[in-house]
Amino acid sequence: MNNLDAKIPKGPLAEKWSNYKNHQKLVNPANKRRLDIIVVGTGLAGASAAASLGEMGFNVLNFCIQDSPRRAHSIAAQGGINAAKNYPNDGDSVYRLFYDTIKGGDYRAREANVYRLAEVSNSIIDQCVAQGVPFAREYGGLLDNRSFGGAQVSRTFYARGQTGQQLLLGAYSALSRAIHKNQVKLFTRYEMVDLVMIDGRARGIIARNLVSGKLERFAAHAVVIATGGYGNTFFLSTNAMTSNGSAAWQCYKKGAYFANPCMAQIHPTCIPVHGEFQSKLTLMSESLRNDGRIWVPKKLEDAQAIREGKLKPTDIKEEDRDYYLERRYPAFGNLVPRDVASRAAKERCDAGYGVGSTGLAVYLDFADAIQRLGKEVVEARYGNLFQMYEKIVDENPYETPMMIYPAIHYTMGGIWVDYELMTTIPGLFAIGEANFSDHGANRLGASALMQGLADGYFVLPYTIQNYLADQINVPRFKTDAPEFVQAEKEINDRIERLMNIKGTHSVDHIHKELGHIMWNFVGMGRDAEGLKNAIEKLKMLKKDFWSNLRIPGNKESLNVELEKALRLADFIEIGELMAHDALDREESCGGHFRLEHQTPEGEALRHDDQFAYVSCWEYQGEEKAPVMYKEPLEYEFVVRQQRNYKS
Amino acid sequence: MDKDINIKVKVWRQNGPKEKGHFETYSLEKISQGSSFLEMLDILNEQLINEGKEPIVFDHDCREGICGMCSLYINGHPHGPDTGITTCQLHMRRFNDGDTITVEPWRSAGFPIIKDLMVDRSAFDKIIQAGGYISVNTGGVPDANAIPIPRDDAEMAMDAAACIGCGACVAACKNGSAMLFVSAKVSQLALLPQGRVEAARRAKAMVAKMDELGFGNCTNTGACEVECPKNISITNIARLNREFLKAKFKD
Repeated sequence: MNNLDAKIPKGPLAEKWSNYKNHQKLVNPANKRRLDIIVVGTGLAGASAAASLGEMGFNVLNFCIQDSPRRAHSIAAQGGINAAKNYPNDGDSVYRLFYDTIKGGDYRAREANVYRLAEVSNSIIDQCVAQGVPFAREYGGLLDNRSFGGAQVSRTFYARGQTGQQLLLGAYSALSRAIHKNQVKLFTRYEMVDLVMIDGRARGIIARNLVSGKLERFAAHAVVIATGGYGNTFFLSTNAMTSNGSAAWQCYKKGAYFANPCMAQIHPTCIPVHGEFQSKLTLMSESLRNDGRIWVPKKLEDAQAIREGKLKPTDIKEEDRDYYLERRYPAFGNLVPRDVASRAAKERCDAGYGVGSTGLAVYLDFADAIQRLGKEVVEARYGNLFQMYEKIVDENPYETPMMIYPAIHYTMGGIWVDYELMTTIPGLFAIGEANFSDHGANRLGASALMQGLADGYFVLPYTIQNYLADQINVPRFKTDAPEFVQAEKEINDRIERLMNIKGTHSVDHIHKELGHIMWNFVGMGRDAEGLKNAIEKLKMLKKDFWSNLRIPGNKESLNVELEKALRLADFIEIGELMAHDALDREESCGGHFRLEHQTPEGEALRHDDQFAYVSCWEYQGEEKAPVMYKEPLEYEFVVRQQRNYKS
Repeated sequence: MDKDINIKVKVWRQNGPKEKGHFETYSLEKISQGSSFLEMLDILNEQLINEGKEPIVFDHDCREGICGMCSLYINGHPHGPDTGITTCQLHMRRFNDGDTITVEPWRSAGFPIIKDLMVDRSAFDKIIQAGGYISVNTGGVPDANAIPIPRDDAEMAMDAAACIGCGACVAACKNGSAMLFVSAKVSQLALLPQGRVEAARRAKAMVAKMDELGFGNCTNTGACEVECPKNISITNIARLNREFLKAKFKD
């Protein structure tokens, strides 16, 4: 059954959101008190949504996987948040932010959603300042901006290299206030383990209390998923250790469509991999590309000498350095979008010019910036990042260039949602990175924070009312309903099955194997043969997982290995769907690069005539191939072009 | 240059809040000094799982020094021997071949142990809920540039706002005081015109909650500042005291 209706309002682009708000249904204050909403996740999207919905008068139950909402992984975002304020008077506008985002996403996002995102971006900055977020300021007391990849204006607001932290703490403070006022009930160290549906609607969740190990049931009139992306499918990524795709996957298995799963972003500036024991990759903010210049040696023999430790980067003369981004993309230089910068690094390393002991690294050099601006200015802008780098790599980036390499960072794909952020399951909403809607095939820097907060503060609190207005006469659900009993039994059986494998491999052991398969075949460069190979390997890995896994301890206690095993079971299946989707999409666009589809110059080659659609996958059951439906992306306002960052 | 080292790790094991805990010593061979401290614990846990034993429970998440989840007391220091970093940013190059490393949880009345090295820091959330915010609803706020803020004030607010809520200050304090944590939030908001309005009420409410939850008093030893991974300054405590006294005088 294909029930894809994106519900995009009619009318001119700039009026769609206003028209929607003018005509949507609302819920009056007395009725709001009678309606319960579950929000799963406490990152930028989850915390801002829970706080806003609570303030409005709904009864909110908010679930947090960590010990505190302040630890959600939004906190690690460094560089900044975009908004179309045009404070620097450099020609920015809502339209331009919209256009850059559509173009940056390689024309695979929905026009109406992206325009709305650009439209509400300014309110986010106002809101955050009112909450006490200490954004960087000029001496005159007004807000400062900086530039970011994929844009020719300075529209990025920032709080040192800790913008995500400050915005999350802003949302966390709003959430804390709502908790204090009994508008929101918070559950920490809880993990959603299944969605509960009654009569075809989302009506609750089963969550595992991570301290007691017990399964608990929670009912509500609507469920909001704000659990982030599935980048940890790759084992090594910039995501936090508990970041996972399981909540989204549970929804998929209950009938929500999963959109564009293959679209994962590989961030160009991460600290390179250094050994098999490594547990995660550390991002170096994209803002570094404002002042850092990326290069590799021009001569193969120099690159080799560096890898062998015979030469240092500072020994390479200026004329022997290849500033390949400036060479290939004169107009944007080091500030090309992330997908372009990542592929260019891979291209140089694959050709043998890579540096570092593994040859899988390029230089990010601040020597020019330090000469031009002085060490103090560079330190003021990037000090905490330089310190972070030095602690990990044991090299001083003020004296020797940083080494960077691309790593999995963000997933543009996610649960399919319509204009109202509702999934194909009535009453189930998805916001922030967990949904798919705004970034197309590639997300621009400083846009994840914008989207998370846009969804949570300014979009969902409106659109969810359009659904709930019909629910005011629906009484509260009892959690002893048969649907809850059944869902709990199923997850309990699954846990039993995992505990009873009693094999020999740890969860991490198998997860690392999954990571290798994903990175090698479903990573930065994909082709049909490799993807088919990956699908076979993933089938075998799944078998290995379900027959050789070992989980110590017991299920009804704090058991970290069991938590990880439940997530890994889903990651393996997510990996399979990513590979299927990547195989199906026979074009290159944004973060999805098919080696068979590139221009003579090695740029991504889209096939708009065949692939200008969102691929929406529907689960068909265990061991059955999923079915794909297409949501056509009809562009009414923008003309698709080959992305050009050269001139 | 990083080498491989052999070490012993003496770890606090405790099965639950009410159970009796004890130290257990484990040997690890060929640990790369390039690995992080938590990666060393990952390797140890892998070893334990392979031996059919229960792995060591510890809190961690972002592993890049910002979420504040990791919380280990290593060789007598919160977040270990290095300065200005969290446990996850500590690397094994700070240790030598043959070392015995002692790893304990945060120890404080305010942070009961959940299991092994994991403690319950929900008291920090409760203190924030008591008043660590500016009371604005979503929407209906003025333009972001409507109120200019002197750059130095914004910078000082940011210095205080950098707190990650890890609790190292409490673990370092002989009195188990949460003053550095509370003062960082009070300062951040008191320094900004938006937060000034509620400054007095906020200081009183947060201090009252802190006292209620069993945190100790501040006797100005300064251990919290020394051990803070984000170098939050104790001048914030002075500012909190001023705000608190001002509020009390008004009463």
